[in-house]
Amino acid sequence: MKTTWIIAKRELNSYFDSLTAYIVLILFLGFSGLFTWILGNDIFMVGQASLRSFFGVAYWTLFIFIPALTMRLIAEENRSGTIELLLTKPVTDRQLVGGKFLAALLLVIIALAFTLPYVITVASIGNLDQGAVFCGYLGLILLSAVYISIGLYASSVTSNQIVAFLIAIFIGLFFQIIFDMLARTFNGVTGQVFNFLSVSTHFESMSRGVIDTKDLIYFLSLMILALKMAEDSLAKRNA
Amino acid sequence: MDINVENITKTYGRQKAVDRISFHVKTGEVLGFLGPNGAGKTTTMKMITNFLLPEEGNIYIGGKSMLEDADELKKHIGYLPENNPLYMEMPIMDYLQFSAEILGIPKDKIPERIHEMVRVCGLNAEKHKKIGELSKGYRQRVGLAQAMIHDPEILILDEPTSGLDPNQIVEIRKLIRELGKEKTVILSTHILQEVEATCDRILIINKGKIVADGTAETLSRQVQGQELLHVKIEDGDPNEIFKALQELPTVSLVDFTDRQKNKFEVQSKPEMNSNRDIFNLCKSRGWVLTEMIPVETKLEDIFRELTMN
Ligand SMILES: Nc1ncnc2c1ncn2[C@@H]1O[C@H](COP(=O)(O)OP(=O)(O)OP(=O)(O)O)[C@@H](O)[C@H]1O
Ligand SMILES: [Mg+2]
Repeated sequence: MKTTWIIAKRELNSYFDSLTAYIVLILFLGFSGLFTWILGNDIFMVGQASLRSFFGVAYWTLFIFIPALTMRLIAEENRSGTIELLLTKPVTDRQLVGGKFLAALLLVIIALAFTLPYVITVASIGNLDQGAVFCGYLGLILLSAVYISIGLYASSVTSNQIVAFLIAIFIGLFFQIIFDMLARTFNGVTGQVFNFLSVSTHFESMSRGVIDTKDLIYFLSLMILALKMAEDSLAKRNA
Repeated sequence: MDINVENITKTYGRQKAVDRISFHVKTGEVLGFLGPNGAGKTTTMKMITNFLLPEEGNIYIGGKSMLEDADELKKHIGYLPENNPLYMEMPIMDYLQFSAEILGIPKDKIPERIHEMVRVCGLNAEKHKKIGELSKGYRQRVGLAQAMIHDPEILILDEPTSGLDPNQIVEIRKLIRELGKEKTVILSTHILQEVEATCDRILIINKGKIVADGTAETLSRQVQGQELLHVKIEDGDPNEIFKALQELPTVSLVDFTDRQKNKFEVQSKPEMNSNRDIFNLCKSRGWVLTEMIPVETKLEDIFRELTMN
């Protein structure tokens, strides 16, 4: 755990040193603020205190921003060869993946923490369902964890950051939109399977304030699967 | 801790980069890897440092198997990879701090170790720069510093002096000699004088196989076989001297090295010495023998002999 944290710390520092962190924070807050308050002004229209539209916007912004955060993480080590230096230290493949995952997740959590003023603003308008807000944020974190894992896997299979970004978006699209579309096209069991695979199914139920073990299992198993795949692809250097 | 490499093999595609290599390095020994480009030196080092796993065979460090105890064993290894990959965007001091932490050096010892490495590797003048701003030689020094920061019992250095200035080369070689007294060191190089200056033993690798293993002396004996002398004989006609030398019973081959200056190269017959015969010949003919130098086979020649074709 200590090793994982040392790696995470270095990555976080490098996010802030390279200004990536600030750019992402500003863009993320700007986007979600813009769409939530100015373009999608339903908060005031509906006249009801809810963060539904904010969660909807964050859901999309994270989908785009996370691959930009993860693309560098392993691909750049592959390109520069520093992966060799890291893995010949007392660091396992799993600790390496874990540390990078943690760094990206912490950055996302920091970004989400900066949106708490939104919550306070909205809460001042009317009676806010605190449970729903908590679930919504938890949903965003779980969703981020999944996309970070996918992004790490994408970053591990290449030494080119742009390729890593594109692969992450490509895989992400299935969970974000394509499975949902397929779920609408098919009916019966096939439709249900696609519906279960779609992130939106699980995210929406959480942002409505319901925590179901089914949703938790969905997010966690996707996350573990993608992290495992990233770990395996690091081990591929031996093939 | 000693290193025992047993029959390791690594294939890239269809090419065997390392082909059933075995050797042993004792504690307190500096082993030099020599070999032409693409021989498999780097690949062997990557397996010893557990970056790559051998497809066959195993590596034992201090008697423990690399396949089983890699995480424990890696703590005792300092590694300078070929091309010296580093995080360019990091300041030197942050990078050394990171290396020290990840190698598990106790928190209170870290400043002292970093200070020591800055001194030993001559980083003081540049220590506040980012790695990406350093010249190649200074980057190499940072690479060496991270390899030695935890005072490892085993050092694996892939071309350690590449890019260093002559002063620093001398320093680093001295340091390697010094460290080599107590630790186990493997280094690779293309500079033959470096091997002679730093290594107790030489391993020549060619096409993934070991073609020679021994000290510089044992290798030259192995290759040489026949005695070779450089002689200079004055006060006589060069052609006449040439003929007379050729007729000596212990001599197999004579060659001019410089006809004007009466210089010759004399090769003795196998297992024979011709120096007495040459001396007596000069005495009887009234020639003056002004030089007689036994030629040792140089490492260059051994290297060429074993790795050409
Ligand atoms: N990642 C790789 N993929 C494919 N082949 C490789 C790879 N790395 C090394 N090789 C091949 O393995 C062989 C051994 O390479 P290695 O780098 O071990 O040689 P070396 O002895 O270190 O050479 P040099 O003196 O040039 O550093 C070479 O033929 C090389 O082409
Ligand atoms: Mg090499």
